[in-house]
Amino acid sequence: MALNIFKYSSPASFYPLAGKMVPVFYGLAAVFTIVGLYISFFVAPTDATQGEAYRIIFIHVPAAWMSMFIYIVMAIWAGLGLVLNTRLSSMMAQALAPTGAMFTFVALITGAFWGKPTWGTWWEWDARMTSELILLFLYIGYMSLTAAIDDVRRADKAGAILAMVGGINVPIIYFSVKWWNTLHQGASVSLTSSPSMAKTMLLGMLIMAIAAWMYSIAVALSRVRLLMLEREKSSAWVQEILEQKS
Amino acid sequence: MGKLFIRVIRRDLLLAYRRRADVLTTLFFFVIVVSLFPLGVGPEMKTLRLIAPGVVWVAALLASMLSLQRLFAADYQDGTLEQMLLAPHPLGVIVLGKIVAHWMVSGLPLALMAPLLGLQFDLPPEALGILFIALLLGTPILSLIGAVGAALTLGLRGGGVLLSLLVLPLYIPALIFGAGAVEAYIAGVSPEGHLSLLAALLIFSGLATPWITALALRIAME
Amino acid sequence: MNWGSWSNFIDMGGRGFYVWGSYFITLICIVFELGLLARQKRALWQRLTQLMKLNKQG
Repeated sequence: MALNIFKYSSPASFYPLAGKMVPVFYGLAAVFTIVGLYISFFVAPTDATQGEAYRIIFIHVPAAWMSMFIYIVMAIWAGLGLVLNTRLSSMMAQALAPTGAMFTFVALITGAFWGKPTWGTWWEWDARMTSELILLFLYIGYMSLTAAIDDVRRADKAGAILAMVGGINVPIIYFSVKWWNTLHQGASVSLTSSPSMAKTMLLGMLIMAIAAWMYSIAVALSRVRLLMLEREKSSAWVQEILEQKS
Repeated sequence: MGKLFIRVIRRDLLLAYRRRADVLTTLFFFVIVVSLFPLGVGPEMKTLRLIAPGVVWVAALLASMLSLQRLFAADYQDGTLEQMLLAPHPLGVIVLGKIVAHWMVSGLPLALMAPLLGLQFDLPPEALGILFIALLLGTPILSLIGAVGAALTLGLRGGGVLLSLLVLPLYIPALIFGAGAVEAYIAGVSPEGHLSLLAALLIFSGLATPWITALALRIAME
Repeated sequence: MNWGSWSNFIDMGGRGFYVWGSYFITLICIVFELGLLARQKRALWQRLTQLMKLNKQG
């Protein structure tokens, strides 16, 4: 996909291409979700220690992976936009942010739903959950900043700086919270002791992660199409598309 | 280069001196927020000792938010900032000078005031000393990281609220190590580890953020 | 995996609330995001076509 984007790096030629790709990725997302859910509920066995509650991880873990992965991809696109001054990569970054925030939110909520029956508490101030919460704040900050700046070019670049500074901060926060937790011996639940996972469980998680990935691509592409139309509304290619539609 | 640095600091300190009221407002805000906690939590000294480092630090973070917006706003409005961008001097050095001056009028008073507030929470004398050292190391980090946010939100509508939204999450490591140093001491652990991590954070942000802020200012003024 | 009966499947070994709760909230989030996107798309198209008409008149 990366290659295509460099080839089609002008909005005029990328717009129709993205339009063709969107339904393909939605379709793939649907297929992978159905297969993934089937494995999650009908193939994967009951977990010996956690019972059936562990079936939440089939959305929790993919959502947590996507939340971090999307942030990295977003920061890279934003950084490319800042350094190379390419319009499309900045738009990609902005198109990804809401989906990343959505997955972060889902990871937090499902984490709470998993924690309550497994550890007996909805929330634990451990390194992973805290970093995930900060990640949500970073997404919200990025979206608020780009939305608050009217000048599109400044919004792109200011957003890029924030995304990259935040990206440097996430691992620092993760390790500082981890360290902080070892000093406050209060946290009695150990998260690292994951029970030996059945192969089918891992497979279910992977397939659900691919589904989440396909979904993210589809949503980001359709969002970037809107951004392109909005920003280039006076250009010839947008006028042409509008003529055809009406 | 050094001369330029000193001159920027002296200029900003002079400007701050002419607006003494602003500096005092920040300091009083800090004092009031810290004093509210015992009233909200209750006068149980054992609890107060436990929460004191966290309370003082969170109040310091909030107080630093108040003054951050003023870091570049006045220079932006009267056009001085544009001159600074056009000047042949490295912008990073000018920015660092402004940050240092800002810290001297907003962060340093908080650090000096903190031991006094710690008495309200019945902290032992050594813990007060560590609180002071932690704030001395930590408040410059707040000014450094905050400068990036101030530059990014320069001249925006509702910039103040947005600024806190952007900057407060980035303050978390400083908060953890700063409050942690005092907590560690109270718990009977050496605070050295926390303080050296805080110092490392200070060096890292001192080297990186002036240049990032300079870049953000150029973007804002384009 | 054989759940035996439909009610066993809903019950999830006594953890039905947590399992189905989290899946339900995820579904809501996705529907919300897609709905928001569709609304933005409709609004943008409306605005752009109106703009075009105005430009033609003027």
